[in-house]
Amino acid sequence: MQRYELVCVGAGPAGLAGAIEAARYGAQVVVYDENERPGGQLFKQIHKFFGSREHRAGERGFDIGQSLLEQARELGVEVVLNATVLGIYEGGELQIRQEDTIFPVHGQKVLIATGASENMIPFPGWTLPGVIGAGAAQTMANLHGVRPGKRLLMVGAGNVGLVVSYQMLQAGCQVAAVIDAAPAIGGYGVHAAKVARQGVPFYMSQTVLQAHGADHVEGVTMARVDDKWQPVPGSEQSLEVDTICLAVGLNPMTQLCRMAHCQTVFVPALGGHVPAHDQNQETTVPGYYVAGDVSGIEEASSAIIQGRVAGLAVAHSLGYLSDEDFAAQQQEQLQSMRGLRHGPFGQARADGKELLARSVQEARQ
Amino acid sequence: MRIDDHPILGEIPKGPEVSFTFDGRSLTGREGEPIAMALRAAGVLVHRFTAKRQDARGVFCAIGRCTDCIMVVDGRPNVRTCVTPLKAGMVVETQMGLGPEPGRA
Repeated sequence: MQRYELVCVGAGPAGLAGAIEAARYGAQVVVYDENERPGGQLFKQIHKFFGSREHRAGERGFDIGQSLLEQARELGVEVVLNATVLGIYEGGELQIRQEDTIFPVHGQKVLIATGASENMIPFPGWTLPGVIGAGAAQTMANLHGVRPGKRLLMVGAGNVGLVVSYQMLQAGCQVAAVIDAAPAIGGYGVHAAKVARQGVPFYMSQTVLQAHGADHVEGVTMARVDDKWQPVPGSEQSLEVDTICLAVGLNPMTQLCRMAHCQTVFVPALGGHVPAHDQNQETTVPGYYVAGDVSGIEEASSAIIQGRVAGLAVAHSLGYLSDEDFAAQQQEQLQSMRGLRHGPFGQARADGKELLARSVQEARQ
Repeated sequence: MRIDDHPILGEIPKGPEVSFTFDGRSLTGREGEPIAMALRAAGVLVHRFTAKRQDARGVFCAIGRCTDCIMVVDGRPNVRTCVTPLKAGMVVETQMGLGPEPGRA
């Protein structure tokens, strides 16, 4: 069986950053990803990132992805694509599938960076072709150069809904409206302003009642919701659209974590059931780490920092990094992370992370 | 539906044009792009009909996660067309229910 010091699952920002950091100090690292191309969702992020310069603000996601890949290559990280991790067992054994073969590998340490999947909201007609995830719209337009539709409705005015709406305008689609059941826009004002300046109407406290069409979307009926989230009779309005994009949140893909018996905690601010982890990103199973969206929904910048923290902790626990150097490096990353958790949403995520760390402490006692 | 000149990405790199068939019809797409993208660009939205209610389904997540876009490709059912690269001469068919049993198509 092939043996590595660190096996990373997922070649997105978190997995790559973890692999890079561990390899930088001498660890022998492999990264498995089920996709044909590495980078996770980074290569679809054609907008400039937020934060300060240390968070690479002003750079576009695909450039950040490219530089992560280059660093990984320079450090000798093995990145294996089209490789699905089917199982994680006790003692660091994993089963990998490539095409029609399945083989085991062993990792002295394991970093699970499997990301998240999109949430959806059910309404009559929600399974019609033309109802897609906002991520799907991004994938189609930004990666493959194909418009998802001609005229679309964006459901969700968080950052994903706003950023993808703007990207759809850049791709040459019409955005008929952006709606959200919440009474106020959840995403950054600057993203909302860019979309609004293009003349796209925003309807707040608004929900989808029904998608129309025989075998694909031809229109949508929406209505205002009251303060109990119930549709207000008489407030219905219809739009002619061929595409409905759902940008209604993400949830962590914890299947492998649960298979590895990592304890999970329900933290709504972090997207649902999240594997408990400490400041080192280590779960309740010693030697098994998590980073990125699987450890709680945040953003690509946070995923990179979490990956680095996990990589540092792995390098330290393998003996490649002294206690002092590890402490100093970790403090720097944690400080940088605090810079990304501003405002009420950021505070809720920070509180969620503290709850997760306490859960790990309790589990270890 | 193809984006020819993108304000940020410029010209999006695409493979050479290849032919394939969809339910017997001859279509063209770009080699290496997901089958689902070639279909979308050709105006095909319905990929399959469900087993119980014969509801139409198409692309939903576009990253191989939800399996809503599965079709019969070269006689093999349940192929995720959003992550399967297009090759010249592929035979792509709308999947009815669970599709044909492998080997009996």
